[in-house]
Amino acid sequence: MEFTAAIDIMPLDALLDPQGKAVTSSMSNLGLSEITNVRIGKHITLKVTAASKAEAEQKVDEACKKLLANQIMEKYSFTIEALAEA
Amino acid sequence: MKFGVVIFPGSNCDEDLIYTFETILGQEVVRLWHKDTDLQGVDFVLVPGGFSYGDYLRSGAIARFSPIMESVIEHCNNGGYAMGICNGFQILCEAGLLPGTLLHNTNHKFICKNVYLKPATRSTICTAALDSDEVLNIPIAHGEGRYYASQEVLKQLNENQQVIFRYCDKDGVFNKESNPNGSLENIAGVCNEGKNVFGMMPHPERAADEWLRNTDGRKIFDSILASVAVAK
Repeated sequence: MEFTAAIDIMPLDALLDPQGKAVTSSMSNLGLSEITNVRIGKHITLKVTAASKAEAEQKVDEACKKLLANQIMEKYSFTIEALAEA
Repeated sequence: MKFGVVIFPGSNCDEDLIYTFETILGQEVVRLWHKDTDLQGVDFVLVPGGFSYGDYLRSGAIARFSPIMESVIEHCNNGGYAMGICNGFQILCEAGLLPGTLLHNTNHKFICKNVYLKPATRSTICTAALDSDEVLNIPIAHGEGRYYASQEVLKQLNENQQVIFRYCDKDGVFNKESNPNGSLENIAGVCNEGKNVFGMMPHPERAADEWLRNTDGRKIFDSILASVAVAK
């Protein structure tokens, strides 16, 4: 079976995110000072072949741990959906 | 002593390191291609600066999984020497050979300038022959050099004297103003617990040739050569 995964990788809450901070401060220039705490991460999508959803989750988790995220500075979360058979 | 300089697609300080070790320091140097796995019997692996794999995903993240790195990791785990400079430091952190990681500079800019640093310990071969009060003037050139590690790891680094260099001002004072990138505790370089793997953001190989009128970087390499010769 084929699945698609949508992965979000974000800087850890404890870390300063200079990019997010710069964007936060520009919000007031837009007249949107109600918007605060902008934090910027990465969104990754991929396709994975696996026998079950659980197996697909396990493979994506391994990819996140080993390569896609650096857990010293980032956290990740993902959702997985089965691709409709053609 | 035989040195090996690893070359990844996007490395751009490899030739500077080869020139420094071969021509200036008179050492035997071989090139280690990223697709190879044979370290050619080198005693010391040098991982150069640059933008390996375009810094895609994160600096050093993809380089860490190239074939040569499996051999480098094995070499280091067996006590072999390795030093990563700039992108090389990032790669060794990603490979888990060095503690911590390197984040975007606080000002989110690429910083290219001469900075001052001072050895934080003399317990490593990189710093053993340096005067502990000696201020070195060495260039940095990076966008992601803000050293970060958890409080627990940081405590361990300090207790084991694993911080090898800290940014300081020209008088050798560690302060916020002399910290170019927001690194924790002004850290410019660290080593592993076994003190055989080293990483630093500043580029000593860019301050090793008399033609450049600054040979402060050479002092670090001279320290390595002197210490290792004694160790043998």
